Amino acid sequence: MPKVTMTVNGMAVSGEVEGRTLLSDFLRDDLGLTGTHVGCDTSQCGACVVHLDGAPVKACSVFALDAEGAKVTTIEGMANPDGSLGVIQKAFQDHHGLQCGFCTPGMVMSAAALLKENRKPTEAEIRAYLDGNICRCTGYHNIVKAVLAASGQDVSRIAAE
Amino acid sequence: MPKDHGIGAPMTRREDVRFLMGRGTYTDDVNVQGQAHAVFLRSQVAHGRIGKIDTRAAAKMPGVLAIFTGEDFKDVGGNPAGWFIGSRDGTPMREPKRPVLAHGKVRHVGDAYAAVVAETYAQARDAAEAIVADIRELPAVVDMAEAVRNPKNRVHDELPDNVCFDWGWIEDNRAKVDAAIRAAPHVTTLHLVNNRLIPNAMEPRASIGEYNPGTGDYRLTTTSQNPHLTRLLVAAFVLGIPEHKLTVVAPDVGGGFGSKIYHYGEEALVLAAARRLGRPVKWTAERSESFLADAHGRDHVTKIELACEKDGTFIAIRTETLANVGAYLSNFSTVTPTFLHGTLMAGNYRVPNVYVNVKTVFTNTAPVDAYRGAGRPEATFSIERVIDVAARELGIDPIEIRRRNFITPDMFPYTTPVGLQYDTGNYGATMDRLVEIADIAGFEQRRAESARKGLLRGLGVNCYIEACGIAPSNLVGALGARVGLYDAATVRVNATGNLSIMTGAHSHGQGHETAFAQVVAERLGIPESSIEIVHGDTSKIPFGMGSYGSRSLAVCGSAIVRATDKIIAKAKKIAAHMMEAAPEDVEFRDGKFSVVGTDKSVDWGAVCLKAYVPHNFPHESLEPGLEETAFYDPANFTYPAGAYACEVEVDPGTGKVTIASFAAADDFGNIVNPLIVEGQVHGGLAQGIGQALTEGAVYDSSGQLLTASYMDYAMPRADDLPFFRVDHSCRTPCTHNPLGVKGCGEAGAIGSPPAVVNAVIDALHRGGYTHVRHIDMPLSPVRVWSAMQR
Ligand code: FES
Ligand code: FES
Repeated sequence: MPKVTMTVNGMAVSGEVEGRTLLSDFLRDDLGLTGTHVGCDTSQCGACVVHLDGAPVKACSVFALDAEGAKVTTIEGMANPDGSLGVIQKAFQDHHGLQCGFCTPGMVMSAAALLKENRKPTEAEIRAYLDGNICRCTGYHNIVKAVLAASGQDVSRIAAE
Repeated sequence: MPKDHGIGAPMTRREDVRFLMGRGTYTDDVNVQGQAHAVFLRSQVAHGRIGKIDTRAAAKMPGVLAIFTGEDFKDVGGNPAGWFIGSRDGTPMREPKRPVLAHGKVRHVGDAYAAVVAETYAQARDAAEAIVADIRELPAVVDMAEAVRNPKNRVHDELPDNVCFDWGWIEDNRAKVDAAIRAAPHVTTLHLVNNRLIPNAMEPRASIGEYNPGTGDYRLTTTSQNPHLTRLLVAAFVLGIPEHKLTVVAPDVGGGFGSKIYHYGEEALVLAAARRLGRPVKWTAERSESFLADAHGRDHVTKIELACEKDGTFIAIRTETLANVGAYLSNFSTVTPTFLHGTLMAGNYRVPNVYVNVKTVFTNTAPVDAYRGAGRPEATFSIERVIDVAARELGIDPIEIRRRNFITPDMFPYTTPVGLQYDTGNYGATMDRLVEIADIAGFEQRRAESARKGLLRGLGVNCYIEACGIAPSNLVGALGARVGLYDAATVRVNATGNLSIMTGAHSHGQGHETAFAQVVAERLGIPESSIEIVHGDTSKIPFGMGSYGSRSLAVCGSAIVRATDKIIAKAKKIAAHMMEAAPEDVEFRDGKFSVVGTDKSVDWGAVCLKAYVPHNFPHESLEPGLEETAFYDPANFTYPAGAYACEVEVDPGTGKVTIASFAAADDFGNIVNPLIVEGQVHGGLAQGIGQALTEGAVYDSSGQLLTASYMDYAMPRADDLPFFRVDHSCRTPCTHNPLGVKGCGEAGAIGSPPAVVNAVIDALHRGGYTHVRHIDMPLSPVRVWSAMQR
């Protein structure tokens, strides 16, 4: 089987994979990074989003071999260096942006990609950007709120009680 | 200032940390040393006779360890229905066997008839493709009305027709209801489809079976909302494993919404395969399998009649429903369209006469069972739609007609004509809250603004009531439940004063680890951080019934309170011994035990330590240790209720509906964690709005599922929904559980579909399309646009 080498969350890793092995399977099964979730078989749910050379991709739609030499960041690489939750992760916790947690890694990775290209997105921009990430639990309300908060915007007036 | 901990505090969730770091443990994240992988072969036709299944080529393929077919399981038990429901003529319901793997016939697309176990998943998959099955296609029974009309074409050959039962509720009401409707000055009749839905928890189902030949012990790790129920079903009913030799573990579970309550054949297969092979066997569903083989929800066709006086006073309600149960009876499929539906048919109103008839029908489609709300959304939709139409026909404001008929606070406890006793509520007050938070007064102005953009704006309002916290064993037993519906908790206090709570509830997104700790922290006056919540493992927790039906806090939480109270009673005895006082003179407050009227006291920590270092206990009257278990069986259901308002904009050129705003005023009784409660409502609303606007499972006439991926089954996405306005300040605490809580998990999904449909019909009427009386969900652009064309 061919060998693949890449950098995942700052660590050089390699493994032997079949041609058909998906990046999501390589991360989960070979590297034990089970934070990247697989929620569908048609590239439509977004649970598997990781960053590939800085850009968000659905890891279920990339062959592991195609990530040869790439820099991959997964949810496991999103905490602060001291191990505490990163800004976006913390905003998700503070605003109850997750329930069962299954869509959450993909949501956080998509949100991080959005905030990299748009530092103060509007509500509409956030909703449009997260279109490729399905959440069945939260109704998105608190996810959108968390992303607004993570970008430093005041969310105290959203859906005032 | 809101509290920062204990009951009522909006505490952030402790479980979030592991999920946000990617360190949750979902079933598919678990890999057991030496595991093999199972892949299922699923029928591609809706109905067919199974001939020869040729596995010879597959068996020789690399890595293949075993191949199973229905033949291997023909002598084990079937997966049973949990409730027995009789027909109104006294005949018992028909209960065909639901096998582990299809045997004789396949009965829906996705029905598993064989399984391959191999060293790797890819090898199992490759081998599955090499199996050649001779399946002779039979005409499919898809449409319910046709299934009833044509008993010759049958899903189950051994049954005389396709009807499971024909249920009347309450049969004694029937003549009175018929007479009242005949004599009524006004009757509104509506034909409704409650669209079939696919639950779509984001984590697909998965199971790992293990068997230890040395001890004879089995272990099943699985995506379950209720591990003890799964253990009972797979062990006692299907495989005949002694219950004490099977541990079922449901670790982190990525959403359930009902679909993971049930035991499925895949769980039995991985256990049987593990036993045969002597090694662990794992299976994880692909999403396509979830679409085809998870239990679906809803799927009712209903005729409802509402009889009223000219002033809108309700006189009678009569319904006739065909409810799809699919190809086999899933565990709750018989109770969902009956007792969870018919008993709610009086809604929040004084309706003296109500009669409900439900025929459940077998079809060549996936099994249909409880999905978030389970029967109550169907009841609410029928009632609240017909009220809206009646209000329009009678020229009465839709809010006003509801107010005129509300059960008023002075009438509780209130016995409905359909067999429930509502303990408490204040429907007028929730409506008042709704009118305020939805700014109903400002609607006209917003409508004018929409009109300037060329859009039709409409306002839809409705109420809902649900029966939650399922529920009292004596009541459900009388109604046909084959299980009890109590729950259990064990509180184990450690010598150093921290504690573990073992609960029968299962958390798959509800935040029990946080909320349950708040309850106990408040009760004991100790910090949440010293309380651990243990759930999901039958070898650790007492026998409980898991989480569904918004029962976790009301039933399991009450069991925790009871067990905690026993702890306090025991601790008082220990404290009394320590202070040389009588136990009845000891008072416990804020984590401190003191002798009334003295300055003697000992704190929580000292008592806990003493419990485990009982050097001078009088052992005849005081046992060492501090651990208590309580089983709690409630006296009644709980009755959350509320009022919802939706505003929509309809584009008259395309029929596209946009949710402009949504407001929900709920009465959940007391609230432990408002942050979590709001989140539960948001999620429910999204599912209800999804049902109303985008979601619908569609089978074609040959029984092929046309909506079998996220391309065709339209899950609500972030940009389909607005921010919601939710309010739960109206609180009438439940009168019969120790926390006064009612449950909040399903309300949003129950209350929202009629609000959306009412709003769209309102928008069309205001826009001059007064011929449109009703549109069936989902209100897709094409349906709305077509309805607008005369
Ligand atoms: S797993 Fe669903 S998009 Fe990748
Ligand atoms: S938190 Fe459960 S799917 Fe999003």
